[in-house]
Amino acid sequence: MLPNPFHIQRLQKETYDTFTVELTPTNSTNTFLFSAGQFNMLYVFGVGEVPISISGDPARTETIKHTARAVGTVTRALQKLKSGDMLGVRGPFGSHWPVEESVGNDVVIIAGGIGLSPLRPVLYQLIAQRKKYKKIALLYGVRTPEDLLYKRELEQWRGRFDIEVKITVDTATGDWCGDVGVVTTLIRRVQFDPLHAMAMICGPEVMMRFTIKELQNCGVGNERIFISMERNMKCGIGLCGHCQCGPTFICKDGPVFRYDRIKEFFGKREI
Amino acid sequence: MITPSIKVMDRVILERNHFQKLIDVLITRDYRVVGPTLGEGAIVYDELNSVDKLPIGWTDDQDGGTYRLKKRSDQALFGYVVGPHSWKKFLLPSALRLWQAKRHDNGFQIIPENEEIQKFAFIGVRSCDIHAVSTQDKIFMNGQHIDPHYQSRRKDAFILAVNCGKADGTCFCVSMNTGPKVTFGFDLAVTEILEDNNHYFVVEVGTELGAEILHEVTYREANGREKKLADGIIKNTARQMGRVMDTTNIKDLLYKNYEHPRWDDVAKRCLTCANCTMVCPTCFCTTVEDVTDLTGDHAERWRKLDSCFTMDFSYIHGGSIRASTKSRYRQWMTHKLAAWIDQFGMSGCVGCGRCITWCPVAIDITEEVRAIRENEMIDTSTISGKEKTNAIA
Ligand SMILES: Cc1cc2nc3c(=O)[nH]c(=O)nc-3n(C[C@H](O)[C@H](O)[C@H](O)COP(=O)(O)OP(=O)(O)OC[C@H]3O[C@@H](n4cnc5c(N)ncnc54)[C@H](O)[C@@H]3O)c2cc1C
Ligand code: SF4
Ligand code: SF4
Ligand code: FES
Repeated sequence: MLPNPFHIQRLQKETYDTFTVELTPTNSTNTFLFSAGQFNMLYVFGVGEVPISISGDPARTETIKHTARAVGTVTRALQKLKSGDMLGVRGPFGSHWPVEESVGNDVVIIAGGIGLSPLRPVLYQLIAQRKKYKKIALLYGVRTPEDLLYKRELEQWRGRFDIEVKITVDTATGDWCGDVGVVTTLIRRVQFDPLHAMAMICGPEVMMRFTIKELQNCGVGNERIFISMERNMKCGIGLCGHCQCGPTFICKDGPVFRYDRIKEFFGKREI
Repeated sequence: MITPSIKVMDRVILERNHFQKLIDVLITRDYRVVGPTLGEGAIVYDELNSVDKLPIGWTDDQDGGTYRLKKRSDQALFGYVVGPHSWKKFLLPSALRLWQAKRHDNGFQIIPENEEIQKFAFIGVRSCDIHAVSTQDKIFMNGQHIDPHYQSRRKDAFILAVNCGKADGTCFCVSMNTGPKVTFGFDLAVTEILEDNNHYFVVEVGTELGAEILHEVTYREANGREKKLADGIIKNTARQMGRVMDTTNIKDLLYKNYEHPRWDDVAKRCLTCANCTMVCPTCFCTTVEDVTDLTGDHAERWRKLDSCFTMDFSYIHGGSIRASTKSRYRQWMTHKLAAWIDQFGMSGCVGCGRCITWCPVAIDITEEVRAIRENEMIDTSTISGKEKTNAIA
């Protein structure tokens, strides 16, 4: 229950309101192991503690990365920290994406906005073991081109012949000449075998709702669709009650859910 | 007086005038003895070093939205039911500092709380509340993560339970299968008996520790008549339940009725004051507050009891998940009576009636369930009119 001390090695701006913090444990003997999709509770001294997904490579245990958007008290304070500053970390908590279970399948990753950050660890793992998977597609939607995360890496992935990367923006600005429209429109534009594909979705709840519908229309079964959910969280370990959604505690039963296991409660208003 | 040796499950007699001795023994054994006492115009749980601090000769009169203290015609020590407090007052304190942190040159240091918890002796725990404590045990001590703060308060607690000698207007432990007879989770369980000139307790021994402690107090063997009297009192209490709740398939009933019009109806009455969650002995939700002193060099984290009735409870960037009163009442009741069963394998309601008594507008959980069930039956049932009325009654 006590936060562990970590030092900020680097704090890098991603977009005008998002940034990635790279942390190293202060007691450097401890390596930090996590699975793709898990999150940490990050504590900024005297300000507060918030759940943030881990966005780095699970194979690299010397540092942990988090990508956050500055939206309120704690995340803004986090954004102002510098390398060398200290953070409290509790975690890793929660369930993970079905990276192992997807072996031998097509994998379709669908992200909206900051939702790409908890999915980036999946991409690292898929790429490291590329041969084990069939088709890999990343479909990414953001509001404007200025909101794109990880631009350099997106370019790298796009440059590979073995991953299909499609990006769309809600509103084109500047010299954007790519796709315009919501992310769901990209689904029909990639070829995958719906009976042997695994879909992993993270983004705002409405985006996930429409994405699920479109995947279902394409013939993907609910047991092949995975989503990551968000709720207010105070403890991260199933004790404070804040993150409930129906019978589940998002912090320990989720945040990643196989869709057929949460569908009774997901997307219903005010549950 | 002969003192026969006693073992778990034995029933013996403790005389009323030896009750102080029991408290003394517990104090000598270093317990912090707490139990019912008069305060705040109600019977509340507080320090109890003397038998005279018990609400002797008092009783309570409870109904939806009302609680009144009354004099009894006798000098019973436990002649009332449960008040606004529950044992979570001690096991899950409403505010608790979890740790402190001190800033230093290259960061800060977390200083764990060094809690010295004196072991509790709870006097007068009712059957519904034993079930409530065991519910919280399951949450805080039996899951993947253990709450050390709860555990340190709970693990050595001594429980002196009381079989209720009366039920009140808002009690429904019989419906919830949680009372009135105390069946587990106690060290000693007493049934209070007042006859013309005799005032004594039939004591059931629940644990070795209970036997040991009773041994240090004076007791005598119970005869068949006394044991029968005790059984009769409990049976009689079971017949006095002021409320009833039909729990048949209650989980599915509520899961299936998220959109029932009754939620809109209760939302018009509910003030989202959170009283119900505060008095409920099983409600366990907490929040944390991180604070600093004026210099900014010293920080603390506090854990405080929270309620799903507040807007902040479900706040995420962009707004609260449960913004409407309807959704918050629905969350509370559906959690208690349905989701809890999935989460912990038991109901989150033990039928103590506190939420009914202490709701300023007398919202009644049993009534809300009934309203949903009745309508649902009209909606979905194919049974004939006559059978239907029978089924509802
Ligand atoms: C499992 C999980 C993973 C997350 N991963 C990321 C991530 O990788 N990157 C990222 O930028 N954000 C992520 N979030 C959202 C992030 O936790 C919130 O943006 C953050 O809590 C906002 O806190 P604040 O103090 O800056 O904002 P304020 O609006 O000032 O928040 C006040 C309080 O409300 C609560 N709160 C507000 N918004 C949220 C929210 N969206 N989710 C949960 N609690 C909230 C927090 O308790 C916070 O302390 C994640 C949320 C969850 C539940
Ligand atoms: S049900 Fe009653 S006690 Fe509970 S929040 Fe509503 S008004 Fe308050
Ligand atoms: S919901 Fe009401 S009756 Fe049930 S345990 Fe809580 S306070 Fe008691
Ligand atoms: S965050 Fe506390 S129970 Fe899930």
